[in-house]
Amino acid sequence: MKAGRAPWWFLVPALALYAFVVLVPSAQGAAFAFTDWDGLDPVRRFIGLDNFREILRDPAGRGAAVNTLVIAIAITVIQNAIGLLLALGVNARIRSRNVLRVLLFAPAVMTPVVTAYLWKFMYAPEGAINGLFDAVGLGAWHSDFLGNPSIVLWSVVGVVVWQFAGYSMVIFLAGLQGIPAEVIEQSMVDGAGPVKRFWYVVRPALAPAITVNLMLSIIGGLKLFDQVWVMTGGGPGRASETLSTLIYKNAFQFGEFGYSIALALVLTVAVAVLSAGQYRLLRAQEGGDA
Amino acid sequence: MNRYRAGTFGLELVMVAVAALFAFPLYILVNVAVRRSGDLSSPARPTTDPTLANFADAWREAGLAGAIANSLVVTVLSVLIVVAVSSMAAYPLARIGARWSQWTFLLVMLGLLLPFQLALIPLYQTMRDLGLLGSLWSLVLFYSGLQVPFTTFLYVGFIRALPPDYEEAALIDGAGPLVLFGRVVLPLLRPVTGTAAILNAIFVWNDFLTPLLYLSGSRQQTIPVAIFGFVGQYTSNWSLVFAGLIIGVVPILAVYFLMQRRIITGFAGGLKG
Repeated sequence: MKAGRAPWWFLVPALALYAFVVLVPSAQGAAFAFTDWDGLDPVRRFIGLDNFREILRDPAGRGAAVNTLVIAIAITVIQNAIGLLLALGVNARIRSRNVLRVLLFAPAVMTPVVTAYLWKFMYAPEGAINGLFDAVGLGAWHSDFLGNPSIVLWSVVGVVVWQFAGYSMVIFLAGLQGIPAEVIEQSMVDGAGPVKRFWYVVRPALAPAITVNLMLSIIGGLKLFDQVWVMTGGGPGRASETLSTLIYKNAFQFGEFGYSIALALVLTVAVAVLSAGQYRLLRAQEGGDA
Repeated sequence: MNRYRAGTFGLELVMVAVAALFAFPLYILVNVAVRRSGDLSSPARPTTDPTLANFADAWREAGLAGAIANSLVVTVLSVLIVVAVSSMAAYPLARIGARWSQWTFLLVMLGLLLPFQLALIPLYQTMRDLGLLGSLWSLVLFYSGLQVPFTTFLYVGFIRALPPDYEEAALIDGAGPLVLFGRVVLPLLRPVTGTAAILNAIFVWNDFLTPLLYLSGSRQQTIPVAIFGFVGQYTSNWSLVFAGLIIGVVPILAVYFLMQRRIITGFAGGLKG
């Protein structure tokens, strides 16, 4: 008599809210992507794949897709590499490890609009970073971080990595703490060096943490909006335009709703394909029971 | 290997240096915010003649009091609603093994994968047609639905690991489903409720794009939108701007430092969509 104690109608409020906010508008979005909707006219004309052809033809659409992919991959690789090193560092028996954990994670709870403005100021030609370079004799590195189209993407990646490396760190740390000390000690008795020990003992135990971290950073990177909108607005020119900023501009500044939703559908497919592919690959590494 | 050796000390020095590098932007934030407007020395140099006047000015100019109140209302209501409906929904999803239950669970988990950009524009039109644009209620409604998949995911995992003995005992006592859930199940869920409340609250408090859209053109603002507008107005006076940034971020940092252990374990354990 399980149904008696957990009644099905407990689902109704959550499902109603979820359907209203996520399911129905997402289905509408997927359908409107094939129309010439302008957001006002109640009559939507079916135009097949025209919006998608337009994305491929339009240098802004192509550029935003490429930028989004570059940002997502760069964030995923760099943030996780740094997060893993930080986790190994604060997992060691150093005295400051508790303070360091709290400090390194702090940026992750800060409002992205705030951290983006902070970095916009630091990135300025006469800002704190160039000042720091000049002070330590690295004047040759003096750059216009947000004004130079060839480095602006990396400046954006830098902010996100700074803010969320501590987030990756705490997830890796949870994985590391699941490895019993005896296992590591045994591997040392067996004469495994630090690199071998990491590869054969630590890495397999970290597999679930790696899966979670890679999924989080790739999805976050693909959807990136706040930091770009605040620091560059997609500029200079279109050098840092992402799918999210282009969706916002096209829909709410230019009224091209059909085209914008087609861009959103491209983003959705990218998120689904990349995260599903990554998930299968990583679960196979974890031991293949998925 | 448990002793503190020379190598450990070396690692300690390296880690402290790395942490100082991570903290450098926060130092700049505070250092510039306490600076007088005539002070043109490098932002990295410690301010010699600090002042708190910028904070009073920023508080007045940016209308941050109203924005903080709005952010609080939206965050508290959204978290209460999403925690209430998701914990209820998770109960049958975790306890009923029937096929329809498994499919419903998958349907809810689909929401973890869908980027909200896809729903953004059609939902904006619906909110407009309902006359909700410009009102805080549009935000509460939005977050209450958007966070259902993630919150339900947390609860289902927790309930599945919970032995059903207490519920069965209460069932024998003849309790109805609502009483049983409220008096017996919900208190057992307290740890995961804490995690869900914290993670959702941080997400709602920090979100920028949704209030930017739904509140635009009205006089209502949340903290991120108020800061966005304020900085746009005063771009040349960075000391004033930075004081505003600090006021905007202090509430969340205060909560973080007070509850850091809870918050870090919450983030480490919960998958955020």
